[in-house]
Amino acid sequence: MLLIEITPDKCDFCGCCVGVCPEDAIELKEAEITIDEKLCTNCAKCVWSCPIEVLQFNKEKAAEVKNANRV
Amino acid sequence: MRTEYDVVVVGAGPAGTTTARFIAGQGVSVLVLEKDRDVGYPVRCGEAVSRAGVEEFITPDDKWISAKINKFSMIAPNGEEVILPLEEEGFILERKIFDYVLGQKAVEAGAEILTRAYVHGLIFDGGKVAGVKFTHIGEEKEIHSKIVIGADGVESRVGRWAGLKTYVDFREMESAVQVTVGGLNDIRQDTCYFYFGQEYAPEGYLWVFPKGNNSANIGLGVSGNIGKKRSALSFLNYFLEKNYPNAGILTQVAGGVPCTITLEKITAPGLMLVGDAARQVNPLSGGGIISGMIGGKIAGKIAARAVKENKPELISLYEKEWDERLGRRHRNFDRIKDGIYNFSDEKFNSIARAFNKVPMEKRTLGNLFKTALIHNPSLLVDVAKVFVIKN
Repeated sequence: MLLIEITPDKCDFCGCCVGVCPEDAIELKEAEITIDEKLCTNCAKCVWSCPIEVLQFNKEKAAEVKNANRV
Repeated sequence: MRTEYDVVVVGAGPAGTTTARFIAGQGVSVLVLEKDRDVGYPVRCGEAVSRAGVEEFITPDDKWISAKINKFSMIAPNGEEVILPLEEEGFILERKIFDYVLGQKAVEAGAEILTRAYVHGLIFDGGKVAGVKFTHIGEEKEIHSKIVIGADGVESRVGRWAGLKTYVDFREMESAVQVTVGGLNDIRQDTCYFYFGQEYAPEGYLWVFPKGNNSANIGLGVSGNIGKKRSALSFLNYFLEKNYPNAGILTQVAGGVPCTITLEKITAPGLMLVGDAARQVNPLSGGGIISGMIGGKIAGKIAARAVKENKPELISLYEKEWDERLGRRHRNFDRIKDGIYNFSDEKFNSIARAFNKVPMEKRTLGNLFKTALIHNPSLLVDVAKVFVIKN
């Protein structure tokens, strides 16, 4: 499940996240960005590398997934 | 536009158009595909270069030079300023125009450029790269070529599709944000300012580069290590509020600088990488315009030769030639970067104090690094290699 979230309206389409993604999971066009859920491993390197806080790691969703797996 | 070219270049930044210019100059057909609608825009760059670096490619022209630089001002964490007169003149470019003029040069040499052309895959023929798949204003297209050159920047994917490991370690990616600010009366238009220390730019530097007419580029980059805790944007906003609370912001732009050594492999069968895509950036300064153009020139000449002599295997010569020209030097810079990267604020302050005792006429960048690394003798060899023994 994808735990990385993008706010496209905030994005400047600079490509930092694409450059650090080990899985080639991010697609960047002139003014369009998407993460491929099938490839993303939720490693969060893109989140740490975004200069302007466009990408976030959804901690609540991660906790929910963890709890659901426990049950 | 044809359906077949000798060479296809992906990306029309300075590295891509320079590559194309040197290919076309040999009478070899070349098409440059650019995903954005403009060559030269948006500008994701501090725009500083040396005059000598530019002159290898183009005669300096005031229409794309925003400011001429003759000194650096380095500001230590305690505010102590160190002035460093430059041995070589520097320029702050107007890259919107500079990149465009480089595009014109490529076209004059015989290259074709197509904008709004988004490359999303490669064509292979018997394990060798043999062309690109792209979308051009909503229409799917393919171009076959003998060689594909990835000049697709920090976000490069062309190399990955050919099996090269190109992604940057997040700790070595300097994630940067920059504003161009107007109405600054208190900065000298002949000086590049650099701020060091934990408060403004941990593990990096904050820059203020003059842009003419009392304006300047103000920006900084932070590594992913710092970015885990706090974004580049938050550091920049803090600096602006503290130092230029009434600044008029003309533009804001984000961008990544791969502050690392060149990729181990910058060629694969039928494929070459140039510029940021090959990580041809000076890892210490983060400067990549001229080094990317140098990469493009070497790659372009070799690609043209490979096509003309019908010897595709010649493209592997590019790796060695790049390494001898700059790759090796970048490894030295990278070791120096590792040496000064984690300096404490106290250390920066003491370097500033010590260097300010050096008389103005004896101040050089090499001397500054020697002062900085006086307690780190192993790195003095690297400093000597870079600053004393000039090639």
